[in-house]
Amino acid sequence: MKLLLLLAVLAAPAHAVPDTIAERTKACMACHGKAGDDVYFPRIAGKPGSYLYQQLINFRDGRRSYPAMNYLVAHLSDDYLREMADYFASLEPRLPAVAPAAPASVMEQGRKLVFDGDKSRKLPACVACHGQRLTGMLPAIPGLLGLPPAYLKAQIGAWRSGTRKATAPDCMLHVSQQLTPQEIGAVASWLAHQPVPADKAPSPAQASACRSAQP
Amino acid sequence: MKRILLAIAAVVLAIVGIQVFYEPGASQASAPVADRAGQLVRGEYLARAGNCMGCHTNAGGRAIETPFGRIYAPNITPDKETGIGNWSADDFWRAIHNGKSRDGRFLYPAFPYPSYTKVSRADADAIYAYIMSRPAVSKPNREHALDFPYNQRILLAFWRTLYFTPGEFEPAADRDAQWNRGAYLVQGLGHCAACHTGRNALGGTLDKNDLAGAAIPARDWYAASLALHDRDVAEIASLLKTGVSSRGAVYGPMAEVVSGSLQHLSDADTLAMATYLKSLPPTATLKVADLAHAPQERARIIEAGARIYEKQCAACHLATGEGQGTAYPPLAGNRTLGASPVNAIRIVLNGGYPPSTHGNPRPYGMPPFGQELNDEEVAAVVSYVSSSWGNQGGMVSPASVARLRGMPGD
Repeated sequence: MKLLLLLAVLAAPAHAVPDTIAERTKACMACHGKAGDDVYFPRIAGKPGSYLYQQLINFRDGRRSYPAMNYLVAHLSDDYLREMADYFASLEPRLPAVAPAAPASVMEQGRKLVFDGDKSRKLPACVACHGQRLTGMLPAIPGLLGLPPAYLKAQIGAWRSGTRKATAPDCMLHVSQQLTPQEIGAVASWLAHQPVPADKAPSPAQASACRSAQP
Repeated sequence: MKRILLAIAAVVLAIVGIQVFYEPGASQASAPVADRAGQLVRGEYLARAGNCMGCHTNAGGRAIETPFGRIYAPNITPDKETGIGNWSADDFWRAIHNGKSRDGRFLYPAFPYPSYTKVSRADADAIYAYIMSRPAVSKPNREHALDFPYNQRILLAFWRTLYFTPGEFEPAADRDAQWNRGAYLVQGLGHCAACHTGRNALGGTLDKNDLAGAAIPARDWYAASLALHDRDVAEIASLLKTGVSSRGAVYGPMAEVVSGSLQHLSDADTLAMATYLKSLPPTATLKVADLAHAPQERARIIEAGARIYEKQCAACHLATGEGQGTAYPPLAGNRTLGASPVNAIRIVLNGGYPPSTHGNPRPYGMPPFGQELNDEEVAAVVSYVSSSWGNQGGMVSPASVARLRGMPGD
């Protein structure tokens, strides 16, 4: 028996590459492994799996534009991207330090938009879809806390200019078009200044409120 | 003087006239096909082998960048208004074999008819039948955006005279069926020469089908030499079919070819292509134009590159550069490095994943380092890799790294 074990050890290559999804997604960690440091790249750990999967498909099929990502996933299959998404969804996020506060009036403007929206413009509150605790909603709506402010602004801006799209109903298209650049800055500043709650789990799935807010 | 001008005019007219009226193979009729369903299956397979979808997509529209401007692949669905619904099998054969449209206009050779001309009539008919069996999509074609004078189609008469020889593939009598099948696929539908054979300033291939490796026009990737005499046939076939092998993996434009075309071919066909490629005569190793450096300067850069390699690369590619199986390709003995550093620079900057294929559905990936390393550092580590372990490359300048930043997919 011992001899067999010894033979097995000898037969194994000296540097066997682990056959794990962690090993296969090491390439992602060059940028996303730094989430939490002072970088642009968003955290992907702990986001809802279906959200991550949709984003990977969108990058692959050109509905979302970021050349580095478009290139990396260009020829990966649905199944493989799903596996990657579920893997990152299962990880515990490493959260960035809370961003410094903007002036009080800006923070208040951001807070109001996040919790109340603006009924006069049929602008839904962020919490209507992203959850009362802003930790996202299952199956596919991401949390908004623990993200770099520059990243938040770039995403809303990208929706506004049409370089980021979601599958219909694309609520964020409507939302982003209603917001002024100044308001986008206020919302991003407020969100990035909030600590992430201890329970980071996304809210359970429910019929999305923003759907009814659409014109 | 007048006589000279007249003579020139006569020659020009003769060239244009010959190109307009010369149609070898035009009299070749379709052979009747008994098994229609079988023909459709074969047609789909052959369309994959030719990677028609790569440019024509579902209904055309993909932009192909060339040094002469942008060409938009047309709609070739059977739509009568915007596609090729009015084309007969003879019209299709004419395009494949002679590079002319239904109305006789010369086609731009971005449509690789200098290769497709090798395709047999029966295979062209099968592809035609398959295309006609697909749903018609109404989508108007976009005008090509070519610079003057390349937007004057009639000038293709001269290009064709110089660089295009119509003619079906003729099997070599002294080779076996497998070799001939491989040669037919590589030279014909595979249109490997479109990227892997060098071109002159007019876009003509330098040495027909030498496949000795070339910079891909307007794309800044290097298509490596396919004269693979020193490689194992099974290894070449594995690279074609799965995108990875123990000697290297495919990235960039070739990942697209494996993903969209080669992985769908039968084992027999990829093995035949590998057999043919292995038989190609060795090409002289091109030497990258080396940068002039004082010896101490050179040593300093290589040393800096070695330190970066040790820190960032060695965990996967190993200190010896021999890599780890099909997961992390070897860098020692990399033939592309000897000819051009662009692929290495791009892959260090942007990383990459080989395609998901039936044979390798979950590829391992290479991380991007563009956000981590500056131009000097990328240049140093590529210089180190290019000149270590017997690799034949030279020193890479930070300027050539800077030029390739910010264009991952192009």
